Amino acid sequence: MENFIRKNLIVIFLVILASVVLFLPIYYVNLFGKYFVFAIIAVGIDIIWGYTGILSLGQGVFFSLGAYCMAMYLKLQTGALPDFMVWSGFKSVPYFLSLFANAWFAIPMAIILPMLLAVIISVPIFRSNIKGVYFSILTEALALVFSLVFIAQQSYTGGSSGITDFQSLFGYSLGSSDTIRGLFLITAAVLIGIYLLIEWMLSSQLGKILVAIRDGENRLKFLGYDTIRYKVFIFTLSAGIMGLAGALFVPQIGIVSPATFGIFFSIEMVIWVAVGGRGTLIGAIIGAIVVSGIKTFSSGIFPEGWLYILGGLFILVTIVFPGGIMGIWKRYKVFEQVNLDKKFLKDLNEEK
Amino acid sequence: MAGTILYGENITVDFNGFKALNGVSLYVNKGELRFLIGPNGAGKTTLLDVICGKVSPISGSFIFEENIELLGLREYQRARIGIVRKFQTPSVFEQLTVIENMTLAHKKNKGIFSSIFNKIDKKSENYIYEVMERINLIDKKLQYAGLLSHGEKQWLEIGMTMLQSPKLLLVDEPVAGMTGSERDKTGELLKDLAKDMSVLIVEHDMNFVEKFGERVTVLHEGSILCEGSFEYVRNDQTVIDVYLGRGAEEDA
Repeated sequence: MENFIRKNLIVIFLVILASVVLFLPIYYVNLFGKYFVFAIIAVGIDIIWGYTGILSLGQGVFFSLGAYCMAMYLKLQTGALPDFMVWSGFKSVPYFLSLFANAWFAIPMAIILPMLLAVIISVPIFRSNIKGVYFSILTEALALVFSLVFIAQQSYTGGSSGITDFQSLFGYSLGSSDTIRGLFLITAAVLIGIYLLIEWMLSSQLGKILVAIRDGENRLKFLGYDTIRYKVFIFTLSAGIMGLAGALFVPQIGIVSPATFGIFFSIEMVIWVAVGGRGTLIGAIIGAIVVSGIKTFSSGIFPEGWLYILGGLFILVTIVFPGGIMGIWKRYKVFEQVNLDKKFLKDLNEEK
Repeated sequence: MAGTILYGENITVDFNGFKALNGVSLYVNKGELRFLIGPNGAGKTTLLDVICGKVSPISGSFIFEENIELLGLREYQRARIGIVRKFQTPSVFEQLTVIENMTLAHKKNKGIFSSIFNKIDKKSENYIYEVMERINLIDKKLQYAGLLSHGEKQWLEIGMTMLQSPKLLLVDEPVAGMTGSERDKTGELLKDLAKDMSVLIVEHDMNFVEKFGERVTVLHEGSILCEGSFEYVRNDQTVIDVYLGRGAEEDA
């Protein structure tokens, strides 16, 4: 019962937050739309890192892939040949990219392509039993490789300046405040939907199995579980969530560039989850919103300071609050438990 | 229950030039309680590692039941056909509760989609409760396994291996760190288990081996030195020279 209330508490909180934001000036609606995208990302990070113990520093790749799919769709909406293709001397859009002019192709691809890539990458990595920090380094290298490829292939991707200057989505002008509010509502709905879906999945045996992989993968193998398959599954699911977040991000921000592939963004994602509290979905969502809020606030008054604040937060979370915001709450509950145990021992001694 | 459940032929394990096992052949009967003893570095644990798939030998073969060649199967596949390993240090999932640990062990279908969609059925649940009674952890079923005492963790793990209904149970030093009465209780439990399955135990504690060992295999420097009843093994001169003699001095 307590679980039930707690599960719905965050949904209620998000619904109230979204309704309040909806009546704020359009700048804030747009801002919170961005925060909610980050919250979706944080959920995707939490299922692999918080629950399964796999720290990927390359999740930005899947996010960017989803973002580029959406950006290509938005760009081809205008009907004209994209400027970067014109500069490269293309007479028309290459066939495989022209498919992205169709929303029914582009939007599913924003989720499917990252998932496909995740399977291709993770099967050999997990099969060769690469774990822990080695896995993190490998994914970091992957992020670098992908950003270089996207910069180099300027004629297809817009190079280092990326793709921008979008006009409309499904016929709605992207500049109008109604469209921005609509996109915000869609993002909020997707966030709540993803949260409920993942919460439901984790409440099944799958949730226990993921925690067991984190705690003792070898032991779990000897219980007869094919842990590689589970890891590939959860990594791929996470990549799909990243891609979806990327697709929601682009129309709200109006640009996609190779910067989102970068290591900075991927590490920032991890810090959201660490600050909120890994291993709890609520913590991940709150962490993403709170840390991004601090970022917006600090870049307003102290633009150079953000990286210091981010680093400081990371140190603080690692040393003082390993469980993040949710951990502080839990620690309080553990103290309660310890006090109860002490009382029990005292009673026991008195009986003797 | 007659017949042989495991035929190991000529197993050699090489760790960068060091032969941890050198042409070992081991046959385990159905429903047998077999002890593996020997000095440190004799290859006892390595032998268990080879059987459960943690270590691959450079030569030899292990046939399980009638015709299943073990070498080449992955760990989880061996676990699924009934080869279950209990490790020396209790390795339970500390962040899960007792009942969650047990449920993970008992689950029949260990695929992803079954894990998401299938709930545990009443019959399995009853069986899990029965085993929890048996290992004295029923009152702690909702406690995190990390909060259990050392002995309780061992019991939980034995309970988990029972729930996997193994055909061959591999146990590594089950009574290390246990008190006298806990040792006897563990011994009785293992003996009880050997009625339904074969149990292969690595043990250093000679009193324990004497009390519960039906057949004993002595390993020394990667080879089998001697095999037979505890009485027979104890009176073997080479065994006394390389192992028991030294053990007696340590005890004194």
